[in-house]
Amino acid sequence: MLKYSIKRVLWMIPMLIGISLISFFIMHLAPGDITNNEAAFNPKASEESRQKLRELYNLDKPIIVQYGLWLKRMVQFDFGNSFATHQKPVFLGTTDTDGNYTKGMIEEALPITLMINLLGLAITLTLAIPLGILAARKYQRWQDKSITLFNFIGFSIPGFWLSLLLMYWLGVANNWLPISGLHSLNYENLSTWDQLKDSISHLIMPVIIPSVTGLAGITLFVKNGMLDVLNQDYITTARAKGLGEHTVVYTHALRNALLPLITIIGLSIPGLIGGSVIAETIFAIPGMGKLFYDAVLMRDFPVVMGVLTIGSALTLLGNLLADIAYALADPRVRRGVARG
Amino acid sequence: MQKNILVKALSNPLALAGFIIIMVMFLLAMLAPWIAPYDPDAFDVKAILLSPSWQHWMGTDGLGRDVFSRMLFGGRISLLVGLVAVGISTAIGIVLGALAGYYRGWVDTVIMRLVDIMLSIPSFFLILAVIAFLTPSIINIMIVIGLTSWMGVTRLVRAEFLSLSNREFVLASRTLGAKDMRLIFIHLLPNSLTPIIVSAVLGVAGAVLLESGLSFLGLGVQAPQASWGNILTDGKEYIQFAWWLSLYPGMAILLTVLGYNLLGEGLRDALDPRSQSS
Amino acid sequence: MNINTPASIANTPLIDIFKFITTLSILSCFTFASCSQQPEASIDYNKSYPSQDGGTMISAMTGEPSGLIFMVAGESASAAIASNIFNSLLKYNGNLDIEGDLAESWQISDDQKTITFKLKPNLLWADGKPLTSADVLFTWKTVTDENTRSPYASDYQLVSNAEATDALTFKVTYGQVYAPALDSWASLHILPKHLLAGQDIRTTSFARKPVGSNYYQLSQWNHGENLKLTRNPNSVLGQAAIDQLVTRIIPDNSAQFLELMADNIDSMGLDPIKYSRIIPARPELKKNLNLYKELGNSYTYLGFNLKHKPFDDIRVRKAINYAIDKQEIIDGVYLGLGINISSPYKPGTRWSNPTLKPYSYDPEKSRALLKEAGFTKNANGILERDGKPFAFEIITNQNKEREKSAVIIQRRLKEIGIDVKIRAIEWASFISRFINTGDFDVVILGWGLGLDPDQYNIWHSSQQAPGQFNFIGYNNPTVDKLLEQGRSELNPDKRQEIYHTFTEQLLADSPIVYLSAGYGLTAIHKRIEGIVNPIPPAGIGYDSHKWYIPKPYRRNQISAN
Repeated sequence: MLKYSIKRVLWMIPMLIGISLISFFIMHLAPGDITNNEAAFNPKASEESRQKLRELYNLDKPIIVQYGLWLKRMVQFDFGNSFATHQKPVFLGTTDTDGNYTKGMIEEALPITLMINLLGLAITLTLAIPLGILAARKYQRWQDKSITLFNFIGFSIPGFWLSLLLMYWLGVANNWLPISGLHSLNYENLSTWDQLKDSISHLIMPVIIPSVTGLAGITLFVKNGMLDVLNQDYITTARAKGLGEHTVVYTHALRNALLPLITIIGLSIPGLIGGSVIAETIFAIPGMGKLFYDAVLMRDFPVVMGVLTIGSALTLLGNLLADIAYALADPRVRRGVARG
Repeated sequence: MQKNILVKALSNPLALAGFIIIMVMFLLAMLAPWIAPYDPDAFDVKAILLSPSWQHWMGTDGLGRDVFSRMLFGGRISLLVGLVAVGISTAIGIVLGALAGYYRGWVDTVIMRLVDIMLSIPSFFLILAVIAFLTPSIINIMIVIGLTSWMGVTRLVRAEFLSLSNREFVLASRTLGAKDMRLIFIHLLPNSLTPIIVSAVLGVAGAVLLESGLSFLGLGVQAPQASWGNILTDGKEYIQFAWWLSLYPGMAILLTVLGYNLLGEGLRDALDPRSQSS
Repeated sequence: MNINTPASIANTPLIDIFKFITTLSILSCFTFASCSQQPEASIDYNKSYPSQDGGTMISAMTGEPSGLIFMVAGESASAAIASNIFNSLLKYNGNLDIEGDLAESWQISDDQKTITFKLKPNLLWADGKPLTSADVLFTWKTVTDENTRSPYASDYQLVSNAEATDALTFKVTYGQVYAPALDSWASLHILPKHLLAGQDIRTTSFARKPVGSNYYQLSQWNHGENLKLTRNPNSVLGQAAIDQLVTRIIPDNSAQFLELMADNIDSMGLDPIKYSRIIPARPELKKNLNLYKELGNSYTYLGFNLKHKPFDDIRVRKAINYAIDKQEIIDGVYLGLGINISSPYKPGTRWSNPTLKPYSYDPEKSRALLKEAGFTKNANGILERDGKPFAFEIITNQNKEREKSAVIIQRRLKEIGIDVKIRAIEWASFISRFINTGDFDVVILGWGLGLDPDQYNIWHSSQQAPGQFNFIGYNNPTVDKLLEQGRSELNPDKRQEIYHTFTEQLLADSPIVYLSAGYGLTAIHKRIEGIVNPIPPAGIGYDSHKWYIPKPYRRNQISAN
């Protein structure tokens, strides 16, 4: 087990280098750079001043040299400062000589995205597991078919369209929920209880809409897992022993059927960390997706690279934890049977 | 073998419905030049934002263009983007998966690590960045979606190859001295084809949806070329007023993606040994 | 459901879906704060009240400022917020005449190279420290400093000597007479020396917690959510009426409009469709919103790459100019909310030459000119010269109005036998891939209608290097000379003459086709009173410190603290 874990950790190093190479070279696919954002396209902005910007950021050096300089800083956990947003630090905050603390951009965005997506995942799982079990138990019957249909409809609706329709219905036509943003403007003046209610009401739409669209995959997974397990010998044996259907399904089958879910959750980590560009844009949420999208449009290379690298590294870490958790939960792996 | 699977899948009413939806969509898209009542690019500044009527079944857009005609021609683009993108990813997936599953050893290790790397980078970010940096165009969108979604197919093909290569007929051909290429193309590949098709069908659904998401962000098919994604994006500004601008493209995307999913799921079920009994 | 819709929209499937869902009402209203907020439907916003202090005005912007030191940040979002916090030496009044802002008076020396500014007495920063000429000198040094790398430095680098002769006097001397000098001092935000001296202007945290001298000061900046400004008690220019200005960051336009409909924001810029079709047709919106229309600060043009054949031929450029129906674009794209222009200056201002007329829509003339230039129709009805069909691509950025204009132009050009393709491209790619490389035939873009007539950067033949603004490659020695003269002529009448000649020459050369100057369209909630309408040439916001919100109209849930 320990050997397995160490091996997995060591594998992360070449993978991180691979990830950083991919993200770095993607950055240089296009001739566009920071000096071409809309603000700079102003007759008052001289070309010399833009050339100076390029020199400052080493954009004029060969790509290999730029990568070297960047990698050198990266191993020191220094992801540099944003080109576009007044030199904000990309990853972690810094304190200047006067003791003013400036928060890092990823440091600000990541918790928001993580919170929203973890809540979303929790909701997806709470809905998907019972639905999956039901579909498996009523396999090929109308319950199974309606669950499949309902899930696929949820999956197939363009998310931003559904969001706008619901924003109109819940926020404008009926004044039930706030339309966008994370807090009300008077948030600071509310009591703790009201602040909690305020936050929850702002989170309902951005959390629930993506989790409904993501329901289909996990429900299917649970259903198929259940079907596999229910057909296995030990379940048949359990049934034959006269155990109640309820006991069979919920004690014996479920545990084994849910085990592979750990892997699925591991695979969904990029989404948890990356968040949804579209949902964050439409609901005005300053998370990782919005951060990345803005950086792409501004050609803010340090931020683009920072988000890709940190996001991928955290994903690797998450996958590692998921694998270890899986190994701990599944005796076959624990004993060292090789996994693909 | 494929034929039987399809027949079997279509005995499932949901899969049949999906199949019919997709066929209808393709038929409409292919016949667009004959069905469309107007030139999709012909504008009429005196007929801006008309609601649906006998003259304009789906109303007109902000430049007085006929939405129905644009939907038909836009459908061609949206369906094409999905097909080609998945074609690319499936081709890459088959090649890499076959190499990994057939040769194993270090080839397998390298390819599977590459898969792991690609899977750990948030894929929508990758697509967004590459399309933005390369300048958005239909070709770029298809290639980039293709290049960032081959990992699933690779794993699938590899797994099929690994399990097939222990089967007697493969072992037999190998001992008879069959060449690698012959083994791969004559024996292994055709036998893994059905799961690949299922995954491709489901992949197309994802790609169609992805194009609409990219359109929302301004990085999809670029105007004035119509696609369902950019008609919907155009309409989102007026969602409560000129509802026809968003309802029809929204429904078209919904139905198409739903159709592919139902069909793909039906095929998967039909392949599944469990369903033999039912 | 409280939707009042015009008959044409009322019985639509979509609304039915809403009704259906509402009756099903899966999500009932439980304990959330927002549920208890009832829409304040009963208030009649049409009464007018005398000016009174207090209240909060909420607006929205799509992008967040990168920082509030405008000379470093450079983008419009930064300017929009920072101009409420900082002052310049000079400013434009409602009629676009220059007047003093921090400066009480200014004097130009006889050789016209030196300007002496006299500051108003007893000026204070928001933190209570005195604002003196030392701050102005510091600001000039900062903006021209190499390390600042301000995109706006070039105007101020022409100053050969600047000094603060006493606490209230600031004197600048130019190497050569520079006519746009006064204009440049109306856009430089004066920064406090006592807070910034010794700091790196590019990284200082001052950009996120600025201290200025104008009507408002920044009280809170919730990153990615909103910026709150409150009145600056030390403002010596007087006190603004509204207590608090909140700007919410809402990236998506549709979401912004939903917020406007739900009365969560007070103002929003509109497109022509919302302005003339949607809001007037919706009584529940019309009831609460005032619509404002002003001549915008920019115009849209079709520009030729003059280095590419056949656009080097003036007959071809004129032919295309005659083939485009500008009125059709104004009607179809701007729904009539735009005007024809024939020079790059705001119509009605002194720099705009009233004798110039735009090229009329005249396809016959166009055909004749193309024939003269050697084009003949081929079998497909496309014009050809030397066996090469006349075909090109119009490139534009993702701007709905520009895209639509391109579609209209495409058809008109097709009618005279030119095969046009259109591409709309995301901004950064557009600039780097096409404009900076000169790899384009025809573009549709916009330029600002400047307040100062100097447009040396756009039209002078020396400004063609990659990244400079004469990317269409316009080169006319007469125009070059006029632009040089115009820069060093301070006499307004002589200057006017120079620029009238310049615009005449520009129109005759037809390096660009003026398409339209669209109106700036804004909806502002009726609770905001004191807005001057019709809007003066300087634009809607120039005296926003006088706007006020009568007590009965204030939102009760947002109290200024």
